[in-house]
Amino acid sequence: MAAFKNPQILLASDLRDGEVMFLGASGWERDHRRARVALDAAAAAELEKIGHAEYASNHVVDVYLTDVEIEPDGVPTPLHYREKMRIKGPSVRRDLGKQATGA
Amino acid sequence: MSVHDLSAAARPNAPTTTYRYDEFDADFVRERVAEFREQVRRRLEGSLTEDEFRPFRLMNGLYLQLHAYMLRVAIPYGTLTARQMRCLADIADRWDRGYGHFTTRQNLQYNWPKLIDTPDILDALADVEMHAIQTSGNCIRNVTADHFAGVAADEIEDPRATAEFLRQWSSLHPEFSFLPRKFKIAVTGATHDRAAILAHDIGLRILKNDAGDIGYQVMVGGGLGRSPFIGKIIRDFLPRADLLAYLEAIMRVYNRYGRRDNKYKARIKILVHEKGIEAIRDAVEKEFASMDRSVFSHDPEEFTRIAAYFAPPPYESLPAVSATLRAARNDNPALDNFVAVNVSPHREPGYAIVTVSLKPIGGIPGDATSAQMRTLADASERFGFGELRVSHEQNIILPHVKQDDLPALWRILDAAGLATANAGLISDIISCPGLDYCSLATARSIPIAQEISKRFSDMSRQRRIGKLGVKISGCINACGHHHIGAIGILGLEKKGQESYQITLGGDPTFSAAIGEIVGPGVGAEQVPDVIEHLVDFYLAEREEKETFIDTWRRVGHARFKDALRREGEDGAYI
Ligand code: SF4
Repeated sequence: MAAFKNPQILLASDLRDGEVMFLGASGWERDHRRARVALDAAAAAELEKIGHAEYASNHVVDVYLTDVEIEPDGVPTPLHYREKMRIKGPSVRRDLGKQATGA
Repeated sequence: MSVHDLSAAARPNAPTTTYRYDEFDADFVRERVAEFREQVRRRLEGSLTEDEFRPFRLMNGLYLQLHAYMLRVAIPYGTLTARQMRCLADIADRWDRGYGHFTTRQNLQYNWPKLIDTPDILDALADVEMHAIQTSGNCIRNVTADHFAGVAADEIEDPRATAEFLRQWSSLHPEFSFLPRKFKIAVTGATHDRAAILAHDIGLRILKNDAGDIGYQVMVGGGLGRSPFIGKIIRDFLPRADLLAYLEAIMRVYNRYGRRDNKYKARIKILVHEKGIEAIRDAVEKEFASMDRSVFSHDPEEFTRIAAYFAPPPYESLPAVSATLRAARNDNPALDNFVAVNVSPHREPGYAIVTVSLKPIGGIPGDATSAQMRTLADASERFGFGELRVSHEQNIILPHVKQDDLPALWRILDAAGLATANAGLISDIISCPGLDYCSLATARSIPIAQEISKRFSDMSRQRRIGKLGVKISGCINACGHHHIGAIGILGLEKKGQESYQITLGGDPTFSAAIGEIVGPGVGAEQVPDVIEHLVDFYLAEREEKETFIDTWRRVGHARFKDALRREGEDGAYI
């Protein structure tokens, strides 16, 4: 297992509509601001375990952890530009995706 | 197996040159939709796992992308009727977000369908004889063809009859459902290659031999992606009667020797590259000579039957040059430019081929709104026998417009934001969806296209620069054909940032070439500057009538690279 370097959140896609979701305190959230943040390796492993179970019970697909930084207001923001894109929607269509609904 | 409605051919203004599915096709497609509906149901209720379901989903053109699912709809050889275009618009409104993206494989992608809606979308497509079969997976993919097929002034024969013949042969062939990798075929019947056939696993060029017989020059082992190769001639002249048998021999050799152990080495181009074209030719000819060819004995009749569907529409006899158009061009410079740049010669006197650019300045290459799709469908009915084409350059073609009608058509296109007069110019950029949508992407490509387009927004400057193909891919898979762009741009990740590698000298035509890298990658914000410097250098160096690629070939890699180096501070833009 890779060494734990940064806080992490768990992403997945909703099986029904493919929308990006984040594991929150009590289930899947569509807004990354409500994502549960793992601050150490044990917490990240716990997120992954839940993710695997959710995948196995056919609620979500494409489940993985991604590194984040915690903004001063407490919001976790992905470090990688790919996931930065996923929390918003296409950068060339600001009227579509999560960004269009104020997420 | 075939029952065709030939009556359509007799009706004026009905689409006459589009193959109509026979009942066999229609039943097959409906069955596949019903099967997929059941598979989706079982997936949603949990009795199919994702691993079990994924192959079914992909067989029906449904991918999971960054923000949502994506459905890729097949548009065989890029030909559409007005009715089909309207249906695509209706689907965009009803189940997607009001637009679609036309791709470099002459297909259409919806970026936001829900899994639960997909069977309904596929049923709606089946209503207009469309589907999403062969748009994914390790099969023979949707066969592509010259988008000017049947109308080009430089054409020997309409390549769509061949493309359709191959579609029927490949779509149901049990031996070809599980190939080592995907397999792409393109056909042209003209003396200029507009279908990039040398960048395909198999490229077919229709030729007439000295005896006046029509046959094919067969190219094999072309392809882009991680390891780009230009196709090599495997047969100089293949009589038409042998087409399927010979292609089957190629497929068998590929199936037998193609590598299944390594996905990156599994394409036929790698086999041709590793074994050499002579060895592959020997193996194919041996297979061809030994195979039972009696099963192909009905091919010529079948070909003739299919070719009848591509009979020309009922053209009027018209003077070769339209006085109405000439007068309108004199009065309207915008129309004049549009005709000069986006209109191509038609084989029929008094008619023209119109390229409708889906590349407005600063727009998203290949995207069309549902309203634009309807405008195009209406325009094709009013002015062009109800037929449209999708080009691999991600534009729409109206293939049979009377020159007299061009002013009226232009007004309609202009009002719909569809009259950008840039076909083939620097802002007519091919761009894959890249990281704005695609889960495989390593960088964005659309914003790069938009910035270049804005940088060159002055249309008179674009016309001065002349034909110049800029092609952008968001990853090494090269869906944006960057290897064969005179200027190619590949988006990669470098140290956690998007980085763009520039290649020069790519060529998609019969003089095909793979572009050469001119230096290390640059950041997104630098790309328009780099392109501008390259263009300025070309303009300074070009000799009379030279295109960018001509100057590149004459002047050479080193000087283009030098030009960039000198332009930057301490030695470099690149
Ligand atoms: S080239 Fe890469 S990023 Fe672009 S569409 Fe193809 S797979 Fe996606």
